[in-house]
Amino acid sequence: MTTLFTSDHEWLRIDGDVATIGITDYAQSQLGDVVFVELPKVGRSLKKAEAAAVVESVKAASDVYAPITGEVLEVNDAITSEPALVNSDAGGKAWFFKIKIADKGELGGLMDEAAYKAHTA
Amino acid sequence: MLARDDLSPLKRTPLHALHVSLAGKMVPFAGYEMPVQYAPGVLREHLHTRAAAGLFDVSHMGQIAVRAKSGRIEDAARALERLVPQDIAGVAPGRQRYAQFTNDGGGILDDLMVANFGDYLFLVVNAACKEADEAHLRDRLSDACTIEPLRARALLALQGPKAESALAKLCADVGAMRFMDSGPRSVAGLDCFVSRSGYTGEDGFEISVPAEHAEQLAKRLLVNGDVLPIGLGARDSLRLEAGLCLYGHDIDTTTTPVEATLEWSIQKSRRAGGARPGGFPGAETILAQLADGAARRRVGLRPEGRAPVREGSPLFADAASSQPIGTVTSGGFGPSLNAPLAMGYVPASLAATGTLVFAEVRGQRLPLRVAATPFVPNTYKR
Repeated sequence: MTTLFTSDHEWLRIDGDVATIGITDYAQSQLGDVVFVELPKVGRSLKKAEAAAVVESVKAASDVYAPITGEVLEVNDAITSEPALVNSDAGGKAWFFKIKIADKGELGGLMDEAAYKAHTA
Repeated sequence: MLARDDLSPLKRTPLHALHVSLAGKMVPFAGYEMPVQYAPGVLREHLHTRAAAGLFDVSHMGQIAVRAKSGRIEDAARALERLVPQDIAGVAPGRQRYAQFTNDGGGILDDLMVANFGDYLFLVVNAACKEADEAHLRDRLSDACTIEPLRARALLALQGPKAESALAKLCADVGAMRFMDSGPRSVAGLDCFVSRSGYTGEDGFEISVPAEHAEQLAKRLLVNGDVLPIGLGARDSLRLEAGLCLYGHDIDTTTTPVEATLEWSIQKSRRAGGARPGGFPGAETILAQLADGAARRRVGLRPEGRAPVREGSPLFADAASSQPIGTVTSGGFGPSLNAPLAMGYVPASLAATGTLVFAEVRGQRLPLRVAATPFVPNTYKR
């Protein structure tokens, strides 16, 4: 499995034609304590760069954008019932949604882990 | 938080180096570089303040001495009554009162605290308004008063149930103070002004200290294990839970004190039939609203779901109507309430506690109930 990153601090774990998407540990540390998460509906067709989810801290609301185009296959209800999971395990249990990759070509524009580390350094 | 509308360099408070050494996350606020949070984060800082004690740097706020040219404080008080709808002459020595500077339309130019220090009045005003307030005071009161901004003083707020015990180690008399007592006190041997008040709904104190000793005093307070430094983020969530207005958001030049549900702060003596009725800017509007009610009111709002409803969200009377009835002026998440909360303006007919209204958030209509404030009961030592 490959993990890729966006400049908006999202990660994508690629497994065949399915991408699991979350926000990075760096993103959660910048947001602060997450108190609310809103996820897209299963079945929704997302276009690349479209606002797909919302994550809110005590202070502010932030959009999570669809990093690639595709249909939402599954969402992680664990983070809507326990938003603090996003702070404690952003890269793991606190995944946001899974998407069926419509165009593998879109993955070419994303960063690998080394490039993302350089991006946040 | 206020947006920066110019590119002038940010000012720093006397505690700037301390904030940096404490790893405060510094952000622009009202022209100052201020800590929005420290390492524990807004949620823990908020809860710590309600459970123990929090130390806030509010040195960006304006501190102003108003002295009567006659030397008689009654003359300064009567002069200040020309600018505010409050009874200032009735503020006893050693006491303070919440007030608003009003404009000719009855709108609010700023909200402030006014203390009677025996021989002069001590005012604390908002950071973003302080220059305008000073100019307003000079412009309108120079016939009777001298206006002295106390720029060489810092201001600390120590808030929470352990605030008294923490401050008592440095100032023996604080235990005898009650809510809204205010006056000069020696704290750790420094010439301070101490008031028993704050902006969190908790018991606590605000301490004005000479700028050159501010860091020393802050460090003396922070060595106490009950006291943690708290940033502006938690200051905002604490005041929102306490139902307290933030100038420039919940109140401004377009909202009157009556619309803002602040009529409790206007004493009988300044109302129709009182000893000194009117005589402040916008009196005609404000006295009429006191008599007949205002068409709209600031209310507390509790979203029925978990989604925070933020400042600027339009409010609607039902799930379908296209015409907004009002706006959310402050909104977020209350860590002590463990729920979202907001304040906003609605028509007086929809201002009763329990009334259902709707806010539009990301294209959806979310239900909220009008709620009594404070959302979290205050713990003032009256």
